[in-house]
Amino acid sequence: MDVLDVARWQFGITTVYHFLMVPLTIGLGILVAVMHTMWVRTDKPEWLRMTRFWGRIYLINFVLGVATGLVQEFQFGLAWSEYSRFVGDVFGSLLALEALLAFFLESTFLGLWIFGWGRIPKRVHLAALWAAVIGSIVSAYFIIAANSWMQHPVGVVTDDATGRPVQVDFLAVLTNNTALAAFGHAIVAALMVAGALLVGIGLWHLRRRTLAAQPQDVDHRVWRRSVRLGGWVSLAAFVLVALTGDWQGKLMYQQQPLKMSSAEALCETEAPASFSIFAWGKLGSNECDDVHSITVPYLLSYLAHGDFSTAVPGVHDLQEEYAAVYGETYPDDPSRFGDRAGEPIDYTPVLAVTYWSFRLMIGMGAVSAGVAAYALWATRRGRVPTSRIGVYGALLAVAAPFAGNATGWIFTEMGRQPFVVHPNPDVPVDEQVWFFTAQAVSPGISAAEVWTSLTVLTLVYGALAVVELWLIGRFVRRGVTTGDGAPTPGTPPRGTPDDGGARRDDDVLSFAH
Amino acid sequence: MDLQTLWFAAVAVLWTGFLLLEGFDFGVAALLPVLGRRPADRHLVLRTIGPLWDGNEVWLITAVGAVFAAFPGWYATWLPALYLPFVLVLFGLIVRAVAFEWRHSHSAPAWDATWTHVITAGSLIAALGIGAALGATTLGLPVDADGSRVGGALSGLGWPALVGAVAVLAFSVVHGAVFLALKTDGPVRVAARAFALRWAPVAALPLLGWAAVVHLRYGTPVTAALWLVAAVSVVVAWARLKVGREGQGFAAWGTTLVAAAATIFGAAYPVVLPSTIDPAFDVTVPDASVSDYTLTVMTWAAGIGLPVVLAYQAWTYWVFRKRLTAEPLSEPPAQVPA
Ligand code: HDD
Ligand code: HEM
Ligand code: HEM
Repeated sequence: MDVLDVARWQFGITTVYHFLMVPLTIGLGILVAVMHTMWVRTDKPEWLRMTRFWGRIYLINFVLGVATGLVQEFQFGLAWSEYSRFVGDVFGSLLALEALLAFFLESTFLGLWIFGWGRIPKRVHLAALWAAVIGSIVSAYFIIAANSWMQHPVGVVTDDATGRPVQVDFLAVLTNNTALAAFGHAIVAALMVAGALLVGIGLWHLRRRTLAAQPQDVDHRVWRRSVRLGGWVSLAAFVLVALTGDWQGKLMYQQQPLKMSSAEALCETEAPASFSIFAWGKLGSNECDDVHSITVPYLLSYLAHGDFSTAVPGVHDLQEEYAAVYGETYPDDPSRFGDRAGEPIDYTPVLAVTYWSFRLMIGMGAVSAGVAAYALWATRRGRVPTSRIGVYGALLAVAAPFAGNATGWIFTEMGRQPFVVHPNPDVPVDEQVWFFTAQAVSPGISAAEVWTSLTVLTLVYGALAVVELWLIGRFVRRGVTTGDGAPTPGTPPRGTPDDGGARRDDDVLSFAH
Repeated sequence: MDLQTLWFAAVAVLWTGFLLLEGFDFGVAALLPVLGRRPADRHLVLRTIGPLWDGNEVWLITAVGAVFAAFPGWYATWLPALYLPFVLVLFGLIVRAVAFEWRHSHSAPAWDATWTHVITAGSLIAALGIGAALGATTLGLPVDADGSRVGGALSGLGWPALVGAVAVLAFSVVHGAVFLALKTDGPVRVAARAFALRWAPVAALPLLGWAAVVHLRYGTPVTAALWLVAAVSVVVAWARLKVGREGQGFAAWGTTLVAAAATIFGAAYPVVLPSTIDPAFDVTVPDASVSDYTLTVMTWAAGIGLPVVLAYQAWTYWVFRKRLTAEPLSEPPAQVPA
């Protein structure tokens, strides 16, 4: 593998990993803030316990999001310096604004929330959490605006001297329709993650307590309410995910038609076009004609365009169209294109990946919605599920929306290959801005260096995952009890006076952020 | 002042802010093996930075983000030239961040001790690495006309990087000690002050040396004056600490950093990354900068955003202003019904 391939693997691995924490931070943050608000308003102890239990998981996860996000901030410069030079006029400012307007808000107010229990007025303390949560949402907005600009570059003209895009309309970048759709979609997808977690863990605790014949006390209410809240949030979020996803699909049909057709393994232009449910054949060979699939007539036309008759262009036609406009081969310039200089360009993304990641994304969401519906039904009118399969199934299904998020991004990002900045078809060809992934990588670094960093980061991330899952697992099993060493935010700890009592307030204070 | 100069100044302010704030939490972490030998002291030492380190780290993210946003040509030359050193910095920052959170997530002495060591090690790596990167970008990196590194993976780590690394670490360690003297009471306060008094004069030397080299290379009378301010502040800091005025000592030691950083960035301007191959390859503010339109947008955003950030960060520092002691607090901080 050359530098480019290794760098792509590195970016894919680190970003997908970062995006395991991100949706949980966003989704759970919102729900914990709601719980805290309910406690401040109603003064009911179950809301406080919920805030503390889920808040703790939120924090454990948050730190890992911060640690992996740092890597993201440096990566564009480290491995993708030519990309950074090319997009600098637009892209960098969005990252900087994210840091200035969102990360400061998040980190500062989260610190205040964690350490502020009992030190600042109750409502100010609640407001601190909301400020942090809003920070996360603002951060998602800016970074998605940055990403969407690569998918659909707006608000720029090309500078004749450098050939690079120059920003002329910042508002257009912020209101890019691609960004608005993706932002909405990502936020509700994040709520699905949080909802599934509440459902899975809540059901498990409910069943366990019932089997152990524990009283239906505050703790019982904690778990019950978590399941109900999580279930409704999941269901509602799934509906919204489908609506926003449909919007994204329609934009994609206009903006990146080849991604759409690849997602469907649609070889030839069809009118009306049918939606493929399951494909077999040699998807892996990237030869569209070897693929056969079971289809639903008309549905793809609807997804792409909102009616049942419009033609959807096939991969073959599009490949030719792209080659005619953007070139059959990479320019013969090894200083910019490395080994790929002069090679033919394949405009079709890896079919197997686009096809299956798109289906997995939707399928995983559907699994989650199904589990949520089951949980709501099984807990209706005070019931407690005792079915082992149902409860462990729900616990397992916590992974589903994480997988849905990851595959959604893999689809989005790999589907735009071979471009890193995809041309915007709304503007005339001679004014379009585009950039190939093959020319984006840093020219001065060696494959050995990127291999080293890829290995180090992958090993570290793997180790972090192991410790993290172990810690969260232990904490979850222990539940809401506030006994020794169970640090829940704001618990006055029972103190294990092994070191002269110093531990006592340390436990509260050591929510180190 | 044109927008490019303004943004050069903004980037300098962000890096200085980062060193000033994260500097003390790096330093406090580095001092754990010295001042936190007893568990009670260790917990006290960690508590002083608990609520603050993450907010401080955002200064780094913002500084890097601002370099990218305003000077992509600088970002895209600087980072790949020091590829592996930066990866090492990231490694240090990652393990440090999780260690802060994990050390108290499981109560076993060995667990606690391990993660405390990780906090120290991660902070040392990060302080040295970031210092090296800053040293290199102000004193020189082997880059060619295209901004690509000349030489092997570690060719960026010459004497400039070494100067920066030592300077930032030495400054931070003393900064951390002064901070501890300011924020704690009891034996830790005494020990921290003694440490700062013993080491401040030595620790200031690499920083002053770095500033002096940049000044001698490009400086003006103004940067000479700034350098003098930095040097005098060291003396003032020492004298105020000596008489037990930790707050003033902290301010004076901070002034040393601010004045030294102003000397360095002020003298280097408009060069943001000197090439050790040929001065013709130096990356400068005009080559590296984005368009005036983008700078204008960012100026508006930062003009409104930054004062707000400063206000609420200052407010959190004020909320957590009390000195901490290893004794149990007289009233538990968080009386919430269990
Ligand atoms: C739980 C997660 C989840 C679920 C259930 C769905 N999505 Fe999704 N999807 C994402 C999580 C996600 C994501 C990770 O958030 C992506 C990646 C980039 C983005 O903006 O959102 C995404 C991207 C994405 C894109 C790509 C946009 C582009 O590349 O321009 C489309 C077309 C859809 N989604 C459509 C759908 C549809 C029609 C769904 C029907 C139910 C759906 N998604 C469910
Ligand atoms: C603002 C946000 C993002 C930006 C700017 C961005 C940018 C990039 C860049 C520069 C590359 C490398 C070049 C390439 O292979 O195309 C890349 C690849 C990739 N990204 Fe993203 N990305 C973003 C968000 C995400 C997220 C959140 C995920 C997933 C969770 C993701 C998944 C991937 C994957 C899987 C690849 C590898 C694709 C391939 O090489 O074929 N990206 N992205
Ligand atoms: C590849 C592009 C990305 C970059 C450069 C990036 C950068 C960062 C950085 C530096 C942090 C740490 C912030 C801190 O210290 O508080 C972070 C965390 C975060 N990022 Fe990303 N990020 C990327 C992708 C994304 C995407 C696509 C989203 C949202 C949809 C997102 C949302 C968040 C959120 C909510 C946090 C808060 C902490 C957490 O996740 O637990 N990021 N990111």
